[in-house]
Amino acid sequence: MNKQPNKTSNRPFSETIIELFIRLCGISSIIFVFGIFFFVFKEGASFLFNGLNIWEFLTSEEWYPTSLNNKRYGTLALILGTFSVTTLAMLMAVPFGLGAAIFVSEFCSPKLRETFKIVIEFLAAIPSVVWGFIGLTLMNQLIILVFNAPIGLTMLNGSIMLALMSVPIIVSIAEDALKAVPDSYREAAEALGATKWQVIYRVLLPAAKNGLLAAVLLGAARSIGETMAVLMATGHSVNIPTSPLSWIRTLTATIAAELGEVARGGEHYQVLFIIGILLFTITFIVNLIADLVIKGIRQS
Amino acid sequence: MYQKKHVIILLNLLLFTFTTFLIGCSSNSQGDSGSSNTKRSIIKNKGSDTMVNLAQAWAEEYTEVSATISVEVSGGGSGTGVAALINGTVDIANCSRQIKEKEKQQAIENTGKEPIEFIVGYDALAVYVHKDNPITQVTISQLAEIYGENGKIMKWDQLGVANSGCKSDKIIRISRQSNSGTFFYFREALLGKNRDFELGSLDLHGSKDVVEVVGRTPCSIGYSGMGYATDHVKMLEVAIDYNAPYYAPNLDNVIAKTYPIARPLYMYSLGEPDGAAKVYLDWILSDEGQKIVEKLGFVPLTKN
Repeated sequence: MNKQPNKTSNRPFSETIIELFIRLCGISSIIFVFGIFFFVFKEGASFLFNGLNIWEFLTSEEWYPTSLNNKRYGTLALILGTFSVTTLAMLMAVPFGLGAAIFVSEFCSPKLRETFKIVIEFLAAIPSVVWGFIGLTLMNQLIILVFNAPIGLTMLNGSIMLALMSVPIIVSIAEDALKAVPDSYREAAEALGATKWQVIYRVLLPAAKNGLLAAVLLGAARSIGETMAVLMATGHSVNIPTSPLSWIRTLTATIAAELGEVARGGEHYQVLFIIGILLFTITFIVNLIADLVIKGIRQS
Repeated sequence: MYQKKHVIILLNLLLFTFTTFLIGCSSNSQGDSGSSNTKRSIIKNKGSDTMVNLAQAWAEEYTEVSATISVEVSGGGSGTGVAALINGTVDIANCSRQIKEKEKQQAIENTGKEPIEFIVGYDALAVYVHKDNPITQVTISQLAEIYGENGKIMKWDQLGVANSGCKSDKIIRISRQSNSGTFFYFREALLGKNRDFELGSLDLHGSKDVVEVVGRTPCSIGYSGMGYATDHVKMLEVAIDYNAPYYAPNLDNVIAKTYPIARPLYMYSLGEPDGAAKVYLDWILSDEGQKIVEKLGFVPLTKN
């Protein structure tokens, strides 16, 4: 340790530049987050504080932004749409994702693992519009056939697409978390006579808890934020969801579908940005809960 | 101390390069818009998504007609096109609706020139159903009760047909996202300005998607441009009222203005067009230009 050069005197100048650059990179992420939030807030602020009935905005299901004489901005159906499709997607993706991660990390031969990882990464690289197209054509037909539904563009369809999109994220992060558990834990458990299943259930999962939770939450965040696939696969219909076969609309899809042709600075434009603020708030709350849960786990 | 000075100098340098970069950018973009003194004149053409394929086809075909005029086409929606016209950044705006009085005033205030209107073709909205649906005719007032808020027609039975492919018998309404030009036009044609659509329709994102979904859904009804028809769907004959005659969406009926849900497609120029823009618009309105309108599934101004 003593051999290391004195910090201030003979450190090369290039190192200072690199350090400064890295520092800027770090700070920039904060600047970007606040910058984006500021921009979204600024665009929606004037209508948010003057004119928008926030109670109606959150509790009414009547979304008539382009009505000629009775504009109504109620997002309840959209909020419920986002939550229902995400929840259903997570119900499918989490067991699959964690199961696949455990398999890849614990049961695979190294050769098979490499193949799996490549395929899973490939799955993650498929653009969401392609998923949307699959939902619109193939999955639509499949749901009509299997469930005898009148139309296959439903919450279920969107959820399956979202599950397929978030599984790769869950698998790769969860697998890293499981790999990060020191081998000495496994060896110790096996030495005590634990079966493979007991090792996983009693040792690995508790040890990797934080990482696994992070994997699930990142998967969920991907689902909430996903736009194109749900726009195409869920039917994009303002409806209070009652079953997995009802067609729905999400917050993100509404912004994507309507922002393109809206008059800049008008009420409708601002309401779409207020939906953006709402999405920000939702993700903020999800992240906050995640942080609290992880802290709680650490303390106990 | 020595180190700190370096850091400060570096930061200044960074800031300096960044600001010069910004200045460079802004002056560049200013310089671009004014230059049209080159031999090859470029017409900037922007607007309606409904018309973007048509505008593109015109522009491509026109490269064969003229070597000195080239046309840059972009979409973005009718509203985007008009906004660009108001700002004076395009020569011709495409619009699937008529320009609003307010927009016209803005353009005059901003540029001192009045937008001049050209009707360049027609777009007939066809009412589509699944090919196995026995229905063949529908009236505007029936459509209003199907699509309108608190409308009374919910089942195929109420239209007098036994739609055997649809077990629930419930009509599934396929519509467009609520700010597309097609949506606005269809809503006004059905309901006038005082009534909204009932929520719960499937608001799809493109003309093509509507036909695609209707073709796969025996319970559904939808509307989209006449040119998008496929083998999986059927176009209905439309009448204004039950005692009025029914008309099929086809070229003859649209040109004769008897088919009730057809809209003109517009192009707007700032002031009376001159130079390249005039030559181009004249060509679009000529037989040669109008042939392309028909080729793309729209309706030309006159039948050749």
